[in-house]
Amino acid sequence: MKIDLLAFGPSKEIIGQQKTTLELPVGCTSDELKADLLGQYPALGNLDSLRIAVNETYLIENVALREGDEVAIIPPVSGG
Amino acid sequence: MKSTIRITDSVLDPEECRRFVADNRCGGQTLFAGAVRDNTEGKKVEYLEYEAYIPMAEKELARIINASHEKWPVVKVAVHHRIGTLHVGELAVVVAVSAAHRQAAFEACMYLIDELKKDVPIWKKEFFEDGEVVVSDRA
Repeated sequence: MKIDLLAFGPSKEIIGQQKTTLELPVGCTSDELKADLLGQYPALGNLDSLRIAVNETYLIENVALREGDEVAIIPPVSGG
Repeated sequence: MKSTIRITDSVLDPEECRRFVADNRCGGQTLFAGAVRDNTEGKKVEYLEYEAYIPMAEKELARIINASHEKWPVVKVAVHHRIGTLHVGELAVVVAVSAAHRQAAFEACMYLIDELKKDVPIWKKEFFEDGEVVVSDRA
């Protein structure tokens, strides 16, 4: 299944682009995706926090991702 | 409660926010304006760039505005945040709140800017006079 991965701020700097499409195994969970990303981009682990948002909502627990989801990796925010 | 949210690359107008929250039932109007400082921990800032995950930032702002309404009897709220390139002294954010009495207006305004800084997906990148560029990665 395909999902769109969005990265912003410091996570965009680390990954190198704002939007990518990823092919994931069906049933892949948000925790599995996060672990994969941390493996592929270890610098993400240096961020103070790394939250995941699916379809524009912060996750509060691990969820199974679905085809077409928009998954954003949210580093510490610095607005205001 | 009525509210308005705007994320824009145009210059912010605090008076526009204050006019939005003005209401004859309200004796208190509070307004917070956040400006670009000329330094970060003593290092001279040349300019900032802000980026936002705009649709989610709008949703998060709506969520925290609703939360403020659950905590205080606020009547109207306006939150404008600027993105793009901002120079020293320019406004990055304006939060305006009205309520019947000042205490609720002050407390809700403080709550809104504090929550904005915690949860709303907006990021700044600092460009210093010495050429250094820093992307904040601290909570």
